[in-house]
Amino acid sequence: MTMLMPAEGVFSLIWVLIALPLAGAAILLFAGRRTNSWGPYLGVLTVLGSAVIGVLMLLEMMQQPADGRTYGQELFTWIQVGGFSADMAFQLDQLSIVFVLLITIVGSLIHVYSLGYMAHDKDRRKFFGYLNLFVAAMLLLVLANNYLLLYVGWEGVGLASYLLIGFWQHKPSAAAAAKKAFIINRVGDVGLSLAIMLMFVTFGSVSFQDVFGVADQASEGTLTAIGLLLLLAACGKSAQFPLQAWLLDAMEGPTPVSALIHAATMVTAGVYLIVRSNVIFTAAEWAAIAVIVVGLITMWMGAIIGSAKDDIKKSLAGSTMSQIGYMITAAGLGPIGYVFAIFHLLTHGVFKAGLFLGAGSVMHGMNDNVNMRRYGALRSAMVITAGTFIVCYLAIIGIPPFDGFFSKDDIIHASFERSPIIGVLAMLAAGLTGFYMTRMVAMTFFGKARWEDDVHPHESPKVMTIPLIILAIGAAFLGMALVYWGDIESWLEPVVGFEENPLPLASWVYEATTLALVLIGVAIGWIMYARREVPVEAPRGTVLTRAAREELYGNQVNDVLVVQPTHYASRSLVWFDNKAVDGFVNGSAAFVGGLSGRMRRYQTGFVRSYALSMVGGVLLVVLALVLVRMS
Amino acid sequence: MNPSNYVMLSAVLFSIGALGVLVRRNAIIVFMSVELMLNAANLAFVAFSRMNGNLDGQVVAFFVMVVAAAEVVVGLAIIVTIFRTRRSASIDEPNLLKY
Repeated sequence: MTMLMPAEGVFSLIWVLIALPLAGAAILLFAGRRTNSWGPYLGVLTVLGSAVIGVLMLLEMMQQPADGRTYGQELFTWIQVGGFSADMAFQLDQLSIVFVLLITIVGSLIHVYSLGYMAHDKDRRKFFGYLNLFVAAMLLLVLANNYLLLYVGWEGVGLASYLLIGFWQHKPSAAAAAKKAFIINRVGDVGLSLAIMLMFVTFGSVSFQDVFGVADQASEGTLTAIGLLLLLAACGKSAQFPLQAWLLDAMEGPTPVSALIHAATMVTAGVYLIVRSNVIFTAAEWAAIAVIVVGLITMWMGAIIGSAKDDIKKSLAGSTMSQIGYMITAAGLGPIGYVFAIFHLLTHGVFKAGLFLGAGSVMHGMNDNVNMRRYGALRSAMVITAGTFIVCYLAIIGIPPFDGFFSKDDIIHASFERSPIIGVLAMLAAGLTGFYMTRMVAMTFFGKARWEDDVHPHESPKVMTIPLIILAIGAAFLGMALVYWGDIESWLEPVVGFEENPLPLASWVYEATTLALVLIGVAIGWIMYARREVPVEAPRGTVLTRAAREELYGNQVNDVLVVQPTHYASRSLVWFDNKAVDGFVNGSAAFVGGLSGRMRRYQTGFVRSYALSMVGGVLLVVLALVLVRMS
Repeated sequence: MNPSNYVMLSAVLFSIGALGVLVRRNAIIVFMSVELMLNAANLAFVAFSRMNGNLDGQVVAFFVMVVAAAEVVVGLAIIVTIFRTRRSASIDEPNLLKY
């Protein structure tokens, strides 16, 4: 357990990191239309401010010795009930700072890009307010020093995601997608809240320091339960199998949202949760194995879906699922993988944001059409977009020396260190990545133009292309920089641990094999979608293609397993309510009514019969008294 | 004289009164029967008062007389009013107050 350093100097500004975008969100959302003209710029500035503070903190942290880089800042006691207490307190360490920089820097670029992308939207003030809210919640998530505060951020990003997916809520599909994302995320959130309760019951505390300090004293069964619940939470937030169905629909949101929330940051919160809880997963072997299995399944599902979708954003969303599958797999590998999960998360955050923003730029020039079958030959119409997109493409498929080569190869290495089966699966999925990304690039930028009649593709304004260029530079050099100059392994090692197992073969063999597989995928993609004519109408395709277009029937499975049983149960309850509950109430009322209907027949209006009944009653009373006396 | 004879007489009078209320149709006769029952009760009270040697029963008998007088006032007024509207003093005929 590393020692907590007091937050002094630049580190006393930890709370400002969150407060800045939160204040931005509050001003934009509460001050109303008055801020319409300058509000969006304020939204950009708050995130930029956080980014500057984040960079200063990184520079300061690098001056410190490796075991003195964990800073704690306690604002106030948040909840104090009996033996339970949770503080509004932050923890900044090597892991958090990496996230802070990813969120604020990529977030700033996407905010700037949105200035151009949303320029003509009448609600763009609200859009920037929501984006700021998201950044604040995400920073809270990664800076919290206890699970309960993390949960607040976790729900906050879920809320922001819901608001932004449904930003164009006049479209029924967007409103439905927002609800779907929110509801599926609830399932994962239940997992997280149960995990927190179980932690409190077991350890008596929910702060990272306390939980990780005494985690090894709990039984393995408890730790496995906590691990599996945390995995459920991660599955919901990171769109992992079996809670993956919401991510593809989430593409209904504006493209910068897809780039920031559904590619770079929020969907990787699950990876953060698992890596942050590394002590628990290292101790609970079966939970870690479940993590690997989930990661591998999603890695393949995402890649297969990405290979068949014609909607450029949904194809990218499939790719995001697949790449997060890599990270989750790496996070399940234990100390050999945690570092690489975060490394890939970082590089993926940069190049996938670049890809999404590139896709947004393409859509901007194509009247918001997302169907890649109506693209083609766009490389000369939008040079900068095409160039940056291709750099990010080289990064994601892992061509040296671009980002993905370093981060993904590290994960494949670590997989082979654990087991050849995991390694081979991860390696083959890399080949599939090469195929679907080549398909996307070939259909969009190469081949023949298949544009609709009234479309005049054009390059986007500078406010959109400059963030693209910066992200492309990041996609080209970040991986190299982190490996050769930043030394990411020893940077994260104090927080997440790091060890290396020997590999049976020399490491260049794995790299060469992966590269060969990727190139085969690229070649197949290129022959199928650049050399051959791409039909405007999608051909029927094989069974696998049709299944992949249907998102591998994930929605149908949910429908059969959850939606329909729920409908059936609620209809049964309605029946029970109508027949049994109402039946009892109405029945007793009818009984009393009927009885009194009969009883009033005795009110004959015939005075002497009343008199007779009175005499009879008196006689009965007297008789009773006499009998009581005598006995 | 044995006081229980008064009680016997009271019981006989009460029974005659009750029977009169049940079987006679003329409202005036029914009324008289009610008076007979009340006075039977008075007789019983006085007899018991004498048997027990205190005045409680006699006090109650006075109360009953007062109640009976009030009852006669109200009851006769009702009977007269009914007779005026219906030209009949039968108690079986006014039977509108029913289900």
